[in-house]
Amino acid sequence: MAMRADQIQGNVTRRTFLATSASAGLVMGLGVVLPGCSREEVATEIATNGASASFAPSMWFEIGGDGAISMNIPKAEMGQHVGTALARIIADELGANWDDVSFTHADSDPKWGPLIPGVSLGDVTGGSWSVFTSFTAISQAGAAGRTILRDAGAAMLGADPADCTVADSRVSANGQHVSFADIVRKGDVSRVLSDEELGALSAKPASERLLIGRDTSANDIPAKSRGEAVYGIDAELPGMVFANPMLPPTRYGSSIKSIDDTAAKDIPGYQQTLKLTDKPGLMEGWAVVIADDFPSAMKAADAVVIDWEAGPTANVSEADIFAEGARLAADKSAGTRFVDEGDVTAAQATAANSFSATYRTGTAMHYTLEPVNALVEIVDGKCHVHAGNQYRAAMLPTLAGVLGMEADDIVIHQYYLGGGFGRRLWGDYMIPAALAAQQLGKPVKLVFQREDDSRLDCVWSTSVQRLDASYDADGNLTAIEHAAAAGWPTLSLLPDFLGTGVDGNGKFDGFSIAGADHWYSVPNHRVRALNNDLAQRTFLPGYLRSVGPGWTGWAVESFMDELAHRAGQDPIEFRLAMLDAAGKNAGDQHGAVGGAARQVAVLKDVRERSGWGGQLPEGEALGVACCFGQQRDMATWIGCVAHVAVDKESKSVKVKKIWQTIDCGTVVHPDGAMAQAEGATLWGLSVALHEGATFEDGQVAQRNFDTYTPLRMADVPELDIKFMENTEFPTGLGEPPFIPVAPAVANAIYAASGIRVRDLPIKI
Amino acid sequence: MIEFELNGESVTSKSEADTPLLWVVRDELKLKGTKFGCGIAMCGACTVHIDGVATRSCITPVSSVAGRAVTTIEGLATDAGKALQQAWVDEQVPQCGYCQSGQIMQAAGFLENNKSPSDEQISTAMNGNLCRCMAYTRIHKAIKTAAGGEGA
Repeated sequence: MAMRADQIQGNVTRRTFLATSASAGLVMGLGVVLPGCSREEVATEIATNGASASFAPSMWFEIGGDGAISMNIPKAEMGQHVGTALARIIADELGANWDDVSFTHADSDPKWGPLIPGVSLGDVTGGSWSVFTSFTAISQAGAAGRTILRDAGAAMLGADPADCTVADSRVSANGQHVSFADIVRKGDVSRVLSDEELGALSAKPASERLLIGRDTSANDIPAKSRGEAVYGIDAELPGMVFANPMLPPTRYGSSIKSIDDTAAKDIPGYQQTLKLTDKPGLMEGWAVVIADDFPSAMKAADAVVIDWEAGPTANVSEADIFAEGARLAADKSAGTRFVDEGDVTAAQATAANSFSATYRTGTAMHYTLEPVNALVEIVDGKCHVHAGNQYRAAMLPTLAGVLGMEADDIVIHQYYLGGGFGRRLWGDYMIPAALAAQQLGKPVKLVFQREDDSRLDCVWSTSVQRLDASYDADGNLTAIEHAAAAGWPTLSLLPDFLGTGVDGNGKFDGFSIAGADHWYSVPNHRVRALNNDLAQRTFLPGYLRSVGPGWTGWAVESFMDELAHRAGQDPIEFRLAMLDAAGKNAGDQHGAVGGAARQVAVLKDVRERSGWGGQLPEGEALGVACCFGQQRDMATWIGCVAHVAVDKESKSVKVKKIWQTIDCGTVVHPDGAMAQAEGATLWGLSVALHEGATFEDGQVAQRNFDTYTPLRMADVPELDIKFMENTEFPTGLGEPPFIPVAPAVANAIYAASGIRVRDLPIKI
Repeated sequence: MIEFELNGESVTSKSEADTPLLWVVRDELKLKGTKFGCGIAMCGACTVHIDGVATRSCITPVSSVAGRAVTTIEGLATDAGKALQQAWVDEQVPQCGYCQSGQIMQAAGFLENNKSPSDEQISTAMNGNLCRCMAYTRIHKAIKTAAGGEGA
């Protein structure tokens, strides 16, 4: 019996590589053998079942007797072509012919092993982490597989393993070859490699890579071009009923006083309205309308009258949330010290001059084009959830608590995600479907209509940030204090992951404050992270694409521009002077080798490519911003320049072109990386100019695409995106290109018009 | 009972007359390639052809297609449609892919009437189709490629 993931989490670091002959061929996996089980037992179990509940793999794959290589990709596919990227990393190390490789996105069945945060490859798909956090482990898995196949092949060829080469799905020596298929059928391939043996394996040098860094077609694209890709919303089960959720007037604390479904009873197909209750209290004031089909459920939902006792935040407005953020940001005693270098208090006390500015970002929303939905069936003591999701490791215990079941008895079946962007990191949309399925004893398919998807959204919190610069008598910048107030996703969803202040006091949400710990060298630098409690109580703050760096980047890069202009310096020269790559900014982490020197390189590159400093027509200008991605230890260095035309009369802003120079280290799947960069750049522009929601009466007012208006094709400017070529460790890409776009646009607006914009979305 | 032609075959729907065509196609007739996005014709994910004209199926009552020819992504067989689907692969257009059936159906209807569109005409014709992944530059390029391929 496998131990539960939460019992062993944190103390499993020793990995094992298992290669076992099984009915499917050769099964290979890199992972952790759970305490209480032996490697031999696990190997036997895998040989029999193709998997083991006692083995938590970070990667596993099979080679059939026909040479077909099938890989299990536990990461969610939501447009980033993650399966293609990860499979190519393994295949490159394995020495596989790419044409032999296929993969599937595995479900969360415990037979594959528990999803252990930080251990299992499938623990989470988010944070732009997939390639960065998987690369070492899956490269080792590929190298281990190659070693085992090489040794078995060498024996078959009568050659010394040291004389063998592995490529193109075959082992070669002395002009003779044996294919992987033959090795799997006839060779001696059952082996176990220990953590030490794995550590001794050498990965291929970058110069010998045949797949990583080479262009290819993404595996998921043909089906998506024919309408054949299957998303969660497409899942069906025999005997299912359809459900339309009835959301309470507030996220928390509402209750149902009465339900009147008299009028709904006249609607053909209407069955009943269920009031939901759950022990953890996640579904306060929820009901679901059940019908034979979805159109009937929607119609009946309009006819059912529910009288709610609204929760305590029923009157909260966007202005109220901003006001609370501003109050917090102005209180110098408030907040958790996320950065505290030098002595900011002393520098401020002795300053000859100072400058302060407050930057705000409004509510933004995910609006995944596939509204959230789930199909749930509970049968024979097992709960099957059919839904696209980015973080099943979090939802399994949550669903277990809601349903009063064991997490091991719940399986989340993965589908293509019709957009993730962080929305599907939290699977709250599964809960009403699961409760209804439990009450009814039959499968329930629950689809949120767009307006309800919007009301449930875990929105990108508003932020209010105040920055204070201090100068000495000679005009030298001596200190920066940065206070950032926002709703914190991690406080609500993953409180165990909150960080502790650098002075040992207080907690902060690293995802919400990252970016404030930038690579500019400032002699005295303090960052205070503030939780906006009113935001926290009014809505569930979400991890929307880029999360905190989206708003800290807005403030930091706008402020740097203001400081440059106040100093009478060119904004790029001003930044370069502060990027000295000294001390902590030298970059000693494997995900940030070179530190601020690489920030300098991308800035210089984008300066040259954008024709910075050249002449432009009246009312037009370039603006610059840079960023280092999602976190200091996974730096994606970006320099961004926006070309903007401002018409003061009509108060309009047109973005004509955006240049981005991106250094994310090794680029695994170049065209897929470019697609992510294009999408994230335009998302950044969309948030800068086109999106924005407001809370009214405790909920978002913009509930469909008539009032929430993301960028469309006619709004797309010319894009010129370049990747720096190097072989550094690969870092994240799905989010970072979002970050510098809004400040680059705002800085260009200032350069073009003298209008300084400090609020997002931008209005002049 | 409402009879119409779906992808070249005669079909019958038992749904209520005011049921949106989208749900009839998806749930009653089991063709899942057409997607639900907004329900108010603002995103284009549900786009199908009715007698060859790109139409938002989420606001189209099934009764209105009685006796008419409906084409979904599964039945798209025009030269323009095939060229577009190939261009979608060649240009590696889809990211999450959820909007792409609608994008292709919209583009196919458009190319039927404009064999060699300008950049601006493409943007105007496609402006009603949202792509939340913002794969717009590739959608635009693929339409150009498909149009060019036809003319070549």
